Amino acid sequence: MTANRTYPDEPAGEFPPPPRTMTDKDGRDIEIRAAGLDEREALVAMYTAFDPADRAQGIPPVKEYAIDNWLDTVLAEDCLNVIAWDGDDAVGHSMLVPDDSDGYELAIFVLNTHQGAGIGTGLLETLLGHTQQNDIETVWLTVERWNKPAIELYKKVGFEICSTESFEIEMSIRLE
Amino acid sequence: MNVLLGHDGSEGAWKAFRQTLTRAEVADDDVSIAIYDDTAVKATPEEIEQETRSELEEYDVDTQIRHIDGHVAGTLVEIVDGEDFDRLVIAGGSRSTLGKIQLGNIAEFVVLNSETPVTLVR
Repeated sequence: MTANRTYPDEPAGEFPPPPRTMTDKDGRDIEIRAAGLDEREALVAMYTAFDPADRAQGIPPVKEYAIDNWLDTVLAEDCLNVIAWDGDDAVGHSMLVPDDSDGYELAIFVLNTHQGAGIGTGLLETLLGHTQQNDIETVWLTVERWNKPAIELYKKVGFEICSTESFEIEMSIRLE
Repeated sequence: MNVLLGHDGSEGAWKAFRQTLTRAEVADDDVSIAIYDDTAVKATPEEIEQETRSELEEYDVDTQIRHIDGHVAGTLVEIVDGEDFDRLVIAGGSRSTLGKIQLGNIAEFVVLNSETPVTLVR
């Protein structure tokens, strides 16, 4: 499944790096900053409050010990993370994790209290800006077929569908 | 219960194997093990059978072993629906490093096509 992944020929444009501030569609001031293990506690709180219906392909895990283990993986040094903050609360999180072959896998989660307000787009663009800063060229993700809003979001920032062969749709982007 | 277990020698398949055999001992299931090749797994079907036979000595369960090839998922469905089976058990997908579950082609095919209940183990 990871072998022979294809990426668009043309690189996407330049994305804005963190930190950034934005006002979301509900008028909230949101700050998007790069993150690492220091932000772990805020992420545990976010994922503990996460609506199980918004899970995707088994993540985030439900039980707290499993959330802990999973955060260890995605906050490791060779990964990139950005968090959207509403005051002191983490309300969105996007991550980039190296796969076992050629690229980096991306995932993004936004709390249901903050969905539909443009935070997902802001987070994604900022993570991709952070990615360009770190000279990473190729990024991919998988998304469930029925998840049209997510597929549209990924297309909007420049991802292209590269495989529909498996249960999930695979999308990829070239950054330079 | 009469259980068919699909086994390709992957880590997930061994987990499904142990879970199925542990349950079978308690529930007095009969277990039929269908071994097939997976290009991602180093062990050959013959090596998987050998290891399976030695692991089976730990369990007090009536088992049968057979080998299948060709269109493995189609064959699994044909066997489980065509013979006297109550359930098909296979490993239910792997996780990427990031943690997302990816369902393999065989798991997808049997879930969509089998008339017999399917258990995905992970």
